[in-house]
Amino acid sequence: MYEYIKYNEEGENDGVVRALDCLDLEIEKGDFVAILGHNGSGKSTLAKHLNGLLLPTQGTVWIGERNTKDEREIWNIRQTAGMVFQNPDNQIIGSVVEEDVAFWPENLGVPTKEIWSRVEESLEAVGMIAYRKRSPNKLSGGQKQRVAIAGVVAMRPECIILDEPTAMLDPNGRKEVIETIRELNRQEGITVILITHYMEEVIYANRVIVMDAGKTVMDGTPREIFSKVEQLKSYRLDVPQVTELAYELKQEGIPLSDGILTVEELVSELCQLY
Amino acid sequence: MSIVLEHVNYIYEADTAFPVHAVKDVSLTIADGEFLALMGHTGSGKSTLIQHLNGLIRPTSGIIRYNGTVMGEEGFSYRELRSKVGLVFQYPEYQLFETDVLTDVCFGPKNQGLKEEEAKKRAMEALALVGLDERFYSLSPFELSGGEKRRAAIAGVLAMRPEVLILDEPTAGLDPRGRDEILEKLKELHERQHITIVLVSHSMEDIARCAQRIVVMDHGAVRLDGTPTEVFRHVRELEEMGLAVPQAARVIHLLRENGFALDEDATTVEEAKRLIVQAIRRRKGNADFQKKDPRKGEAK
Repeated sequence: MYEYIKYNEEGENDGVVRALDCLDLEIEKGDFVAILGHNGSGKSTLAKHLNGLLLPTQGTVWIGERNTKDEREIWNIRQTAGMVFQNPDNQIIGSVVEEDVAFWPENLGVPTKEIWSRVEESLEAVGMIAYRKRSPNKLSGGQKQRVAIAGVVAMRPECIILDEPTAMLDPNGRKEVIETIRELNRQEGITVILITHYMEEVIYANRVIVMDAGKTVMDGTPREIFSKVEQLKSYRLDVPQVTELAYELKQEGIPLSDGILTVEELVSELCQLY
Repeated sequence: MSIVLEHVNYIYEADTAFPVHAVKDVSLTIADGEFLALMGHTGSGKSTLIQHLNGLIRPTSGIIRYNGTVMGEEGFSYRELRSKVGLVFQYPEYQLFETDVLTDVCFGPKNQGLKEEEAKKRAMEALALVGLDERFYSLSPFELSGGEKRRAAIAGVLAMRPEVLILDEPTAGLDPRGRDEILEKLKELHERQHITIVLVSHSMEDIARCAQRIVVMDHGAVRLDGTPTEVFRHVRELEEMGLAVPQAARVIHLLRENGFALDEDATTVEEAKRLIVQAIRRRKGNADFQKKDPRKGEAK
């Protein structure tokens, strides 16, 4: 549970906003979890609990064996669960790509020699090794975001939490970042928690959680979630255009399966009917 | 009344060893009362182009006319131009700075030299246009939701009563509801206030829903120009340019390649649905699949 307490100008308690409300949630190692919810539903507050940036007002968050309330563990927790934010420009500090990535493991006290091998590995993992000597300022949004992800990867986390990492990117940049995340999940087995407003990005997850008013209200595979078009709309959310089209066609009596997620799926089902 | 661009070129750092030709020989007429969407991937020149429209950037060569007058000509007032052509930048909510919403929206008209009273009147009008009522006036901009902040920022530009409103990615980072609210308001402004709207967007679904005309830019030049249906027909070309077409348009395109008899194109869910139902009914007859559906459901 997490409450934002609002104070008025005199410093008196001016109201309480319960951003997370008796939330119970377990995320398995190696999962790719997408979290959906409208603005203000508590997604980002939840994300910030997962690496101890925020501590619960009530209840406990366990990252593996570690309790986020345990101050001695906080650095271990942040190394285990790395965070990537929305705006790539706010996360890049180095003037050369490889130095920026090196900052993160250096901060953990990793020996210099190992830092460089980690930098190389993580730039390789996000497909940015060719840009290692470049200035981050000259990169596109998608590339910058991949550099930010490389910084987190260089800390060797078990889990990466991404809070709307593609919101500021164009379609190409979005594709780059999502592909990078999928690779890390599949190849390196890193647990991914992706917060997004783009329904098209959710279809790659193996589990989708929908949040509303600080609670989880839906939990399932993308197909299960997206077959409930009306329910999603009641939480101020949307479905991908193709899912909506399939749903509408079904309402017209065309026998299609539930929760169609891609254009190819819909086209092949329609072709069989034609 | 219109904006006319004739052979406009813009080169960044023209006098250096690294010139960047950002806008290449663009000729374009934006008619009064149009709802135009500008598309293109990052670096295609969209943002540079729109900054020309209110004189923030002046062309390296070529001319731009606003209502017939050439920009930069003797007697042309850029100050006046900027109050007629309002530009809403990306993430405009970062530009909210006053202590409450009403004062913030008053800033533009006050800056135009209007008296306090008149400025307030216009600010209230503008806030009403974006759907923020009296309850919001005294709130701090930081107390608003993402979508509300964005609308307050748009009101700040509307309070100057522009004839043309240019918006750079106005729905980026908003949840679906916030996005719908902004698009609905833009449509209303266009239909009721007859404001010319130029919308820069990456979201094909948004564009398909509200624009009458789409201009696609690539490498600084205009590559496609037409109605949404016309432009989204160029599935391959758009994909080559790193742009997507709305999913509904892709479904129709692929179905046609697979032998579906579809005589029209579609860009929205409603259009696509109508076309597909029509095609299947024509082929199978209406009664056929109406009957088949429940039985198939039972068999499972």
